[in-house]
Amino acid sequence: MKNIISLFKKDLLLEFRQQYTFYGILLYVASTIFVLYLAMGQPEDLVWNGLFWMIQLFVCVNAVAKSFLQESRGRLLYFYSIAGARDFILSKLLFNSLLMALLSLVTWALFSLLLGNPVINGLRFIGISILGGLGLSLVFTFLSAIAAKAQQNAALMAILGFPLIVTQLLLMMKLANTAFSQVIQDSLLMIVVLLIVMDVLVITLSIILFPFLWKD
Amino acid sequence: MRLSWWKILCIFLLLFISIAGFLGGVPAKPILNETIRNLYFHVAMWFGMMIFFIVSVVNSVRYLRTGKIRYDAYSVEYANTGILFGILGLVTGMIWANFTWGKAWSNDPKQIGAAIALLIYFAYLVLRNSMVDLDKRARISAVYNIFAFAMLFPTIWIIPRLVESLHPGGMGNPALNTDDIDSRMRLLFWPVAVPAWTLLGVWITTLRIRLKLLEDQKLNHA
Repeated sequence: MKNIISLFKKDLLLEFRQQYTFYGILLYVASTIFVLYLAMGQPEDLVWNGLFWMIQLFVCVNAVAKSFLQESRGRLLYFYSIAGARDFILSKLLFNSLLMALLSLVTWALFSLLLGNPVINGLRFIGISILGGLGLSLVFTFLSAIAAKAQQNAALMAILGFPLIVTQLLLMMKLANTAFSQVIQDSLLMIVVLLIVMDVLVITLSIILFPFLWKD
Repeated sequence: MRLSWWKILCIFLLLFISIAGFLGGVPAKPILNETIRNLYFHVAMWFGMMIFFIVSVVNSVRYLRTGKIRYDAYSVEYANTGILFGILGLVTGMIWANFTWGKAWSNDPKQIGAAIALLIYFAYLVLRNSMVDLDKRARISAVYNIFAFAMLFPTIWIIPRLVESLHPGGMGNPALNTDDIDSRMRLLFWPVAVPAWTLLGVWITTLRIRLKLLEDQKLNHA
């Protein structure tokens, strides 16, 4: 536990010192949404929702990609000697899910500024987008570990990840649609539970499988 | 030529299903008409695909546990055969859909699920080919195989419940409704069609595994 926190702190510190990734991603989000705005103006609710989640997906791929790709071989070896593989992946998962939660809020803010805001139930939408960001970041963190080990770039991550994430993305879109009206559907809780179960599944798999990735 | 018993059984069952499948009695249903015979071919392909993907994952786990490279060969070859069966299943389904639904692709959840499964395993092959080192390739692709398989199952279970389907077998069920098959067809489907195609797939895979292991041996001695 102590290891996880110190590794997490290290990632956070690196982020504060360099500030390159965060602002880079921020600019990425802003310019993508701006281009979207120029291309479509203010779309309908359903289109808005679809665009929102697609942007989330691409932001996540770009934000998470660097988490393993940035670490050099020597540094990885060093971490391996002072902390276990499990601590390392858990700290990465934690860091990336917090980063993604923050980016979800930024994306939403920019969306409502430029593309209009169809969301009626704001609190629910925040919850949904953070939950969705969590799911995305967990899956892509693990995939970035795989891509980094295969010495590949973010493109491979997208190939590996997109078919895997489709289900979660569809569930999230369905969930997010409910935030556009006052009506509460019965299946809402069911979908939330399903998404949480899938997140737990991904975390468990990462803990079990990551040590095998690491060994060299 | 020496054939073991299951290969002879496979040939016999394939001949039987090809003849009886086209000549045997089937219930006359509107819209479906004679396309109902696709059950013996199309549905059997999906059973084959799922069985091969499961065998592939089991071999990936065995590879990670033991580190023996031959399990990696099993794993990739079963995945290859699974992909072949998946493509055949998709194609037979699309031909069928063209007659009954009016078009080959209509974003039916079963079609989406099948396409996702194939995309995942294509990605597996791409990942494999991106690495040169044998041990590393085996280990990393085994990890992805297990991870992807675990994520694929929720897809197959969940998507049919999210989107409405025209596919026989009704809502919610991933493949088919076992209760409403005609009894004559059930007699041909379970004991003949499914084992026939699965055995054929196993046969293809064992040949490919032997070839691959021989190639590896040759490389080691070169």
